[in-house]
Amino acid sequence: MLKRRVIALIVLAIGAGIGWFVYNSQITASRPFKLGLDLSGGTQLIYRAKLDAIQGNTVADSMASLRDTIERRVNLFGVSEPIVQTEHGGTLAGTSEERLIVELPGVTDTQKAIELIGQTPVLEFRMLKAEATPPATGAPVPNVNEIFEPAAITGQHLTSAQIQFNQSPGGIPNEPVVALNFNSEGGKIFGDLTKANVGRYFGIFLDGVPISIPVIREAIPDGTAIISGNFTAVGARELARNLSYGALPVPIELIGAETVSGTLGGEAVDRGISAGLWGVGLVALFMIIWYRLPGVISVVALLLYVVAVLALFKLIPVTLTAAGIAAFILSIGMAVDANILIFERTKEELGNGKGAAEAIHDGFARAWPSIRDSNISSMITAVILFWFGTSLIKGFALVLGLGVLVSMLTAISVSRTFLMALGIDAKGGFSRWLFSSGIFKT
Amino acid sequence: MFIVTHRKLFFAITGALIALSLGVLVIFGLRLGTDFTGGTLAQINYQNGRPDGEALSLALDQAGFEGYSLRGAGTNDYILRAGSLTDEMRGNLATTASINGAFPATIAELTEVGPTIGLELRNKAFVAVGLVMFFILIFIAFAFRKVSKPVSSWIYGLIALVTLIHDVIIPVGFYSVLGHYFGAQVDTLFVTAILTVLGFSIHDTIVVFDRVRENLRVNQERGRREDFAETAGRSLGQTFVRSINTSLTVLITLLALFFLGPDSTKDFALTLLVGIIAGTYSSIFLATPLLVTTERWFAKRR
Repeated sequence: MLKRRVIALIVLAIGAGIGWFVYNSQITASRPFKLGLDLSGGTQLIYRAKLDAIQGNTVADSMASLRDTIERRVNLFGVSEPIVQTEHGGTLAGTSEERLIVELPGVTDTQKAIELIGQTPVLEFRMLKAEATPPATGAPVPNVNEIFEPAAITGQHLTSAQIQFNQSPGGIPNEPVVALNFNSEGGKIFGDLTKANVGRYFGIFLDGVPISIPVIREAIPDGTAIISGNFTAVGARELARNLSYGALPVPIELIGAETVSGTLGGEAVDRGISAGLWGVGLVALFMIIWYRLPGVISVVALLLYVVAVLALFKLIPVTLTAAGIAAFILSIGMAVDANILIFERTKEELGNGKGAAEAIHDGFARAWPSIRDSNISSMITAVILFWFGTSLIKGFALVLGLGVLVSMLTAISVSRTFLMALGIDAKGGFSRWLFSSGIFKT
Repeated sequence: MFIVTHRKLFFAITGALIALSLGVLVIFGLRLGTDFTGGTLAQINYQNGRPDGEALSLALDQAGFEGYSLRGAGTNDYILRAGSLTDEMRGNLATTASINGAFPATIAELTEVGPTIGLELRNKAFVAVGLVMFFILIFIAFAFRKVSKPVSSWIYGLIALVTLIHDVIIPVGFYSVLGHYFGAQVDTLFVTAILTVLGFSIHDTIVVFDRVRENLRVNQERGRREDFAETAGRSLGQTFVRSINTSLTVLITLLALFFLGPDSTKDFALTLLVGIIAGTYSSIFLATPLLVTTERWFAKRR
């Protein structure tokens, strides 16, 4: 008995410690809750990558480079903690597409956000097909995929660009041109490409428009290429600077956007907190009125559940959305389910004339299979929801799944420890009353 | 147990509720939200009172908006639904909405969804509901594999599935009414609510079935002969208070979420409320009575 009581005290102390961690890390902002865009305010943009100028095996590389470039660009504009990620989607819509998702916390002007991303230049290289005639430069080519084919080199191989003034005999003397420097891999690819295709036309496209379609005269092994496109000195300098910050290897197209203002998000957080507090309070009241002493213990377990889940939110960390908060509030109601099952069962065992310790023990043992099975079904739902989800729903599914797992632990092991530690024998009338339930029954 | 003996009465009530839900669904239909149809959804907030709808419509017409709809929200907001936006329309939205500065406006929320994403989510929603039902059927058949007498474990799974279909139809019917009278739209959150109801409702059904499973085993161990209807009725009686109380605690938290929680999850909380009431009803008044009816049917055929 003493041992049980010591364990119970230790559990309480750990619970209080976790509670202090949750409170303190929030007050001092050392580890605040991570809020999703719908709560913190910000913009999410979803882009589709147009991969038709890319050869199949370089798709993953191109997407990674796309992500890095956009990330660099976004950081450049001082957006704090942006998230840029790629996603493969569209399968269930009968197509297949690569997507880029950009989350910009704190940016609440959608058009500005779109322009910020849109300034990133798109640099593509295409080989003119052997029998085709080169189109005019400086204007979009309508049948670009018919007369050009993908080139092995892409914008992702670019490391830097700078302005130069033409010294070679072929062009206009002192014309401003932009020199592209490739990385070592790109240099090798470009060297092989130029060596194998002497005499063919090589198209350099900027933002979808061919700006220069030179003929490859000889192999270029040093990893640089020159773009000459009737630039002014200012235009060439600007292009070189933009390219040096990174060029997108493929064009992207906006297919979805979502912006939530900071005020709306802040209001949602406040309301979520008050709904959560009321939820816990009312459930606690109900449990104590109906289940009396075991009810009090289930409330202790519920509070431990709440602090444990909140601490996990901070530690994992889980990005909280409005839907995630809803899932958490919902899980408060569900978390006591295991306790209700156990208490109803314990009461039955008491009714069969068993002593309190035995009744509690059997109550837990008999309730276990249904607790296990019913929670597995909730986990199945949570996993499928996670798969179904947009980021909004993923938050919901994650919180629900986490809630189911943690509540199983707190409701069973914690309540058991405390019920046993109390050591009430339930022989006298009053202690039997304590273990009974209902509002008027004794 | 009253519910098992009068099961035909409850089948009739259930049938009527399902017919009603399907009826309103056919008549009113469902309004699909922007996430599924694609297009634009904007919440415009006016700090100093909002203009009347006609004046705002005129300003939107001039800015090139077509085929849009406007709906008042709260006292100071409008919800605008439109097709896809051009850069110019998007950039000037706040100015357009303020009617040239007469009614200062901010865009509290702006969502734009491309057609592929909409179609993909719509298909994913159906697949997700189907997957949940399929895996739950498999899981129950597995969990109850040891009880194949007098009812095969597959029957438990199939009956659980029937109650799940009931639990989907009722909130969908309810939402169709909500959509018709209050403009509620079916979006990803609605689908999430339905899936959550599925998980919760099955939770409840499993507890009752589990008790049937246990009582059957005890009967067998003690060599006691008991009519299956008796056993099922007794099991239902033993789990009745638990079913009601668990639902009550969940309903308490959902009511808190509905009345106090953020606006964005209000419809969600309401759908869950209806779904969970339907789920609790079906676990008590539909699942076990159906089990008894099925057993009778098999007994007669033997």
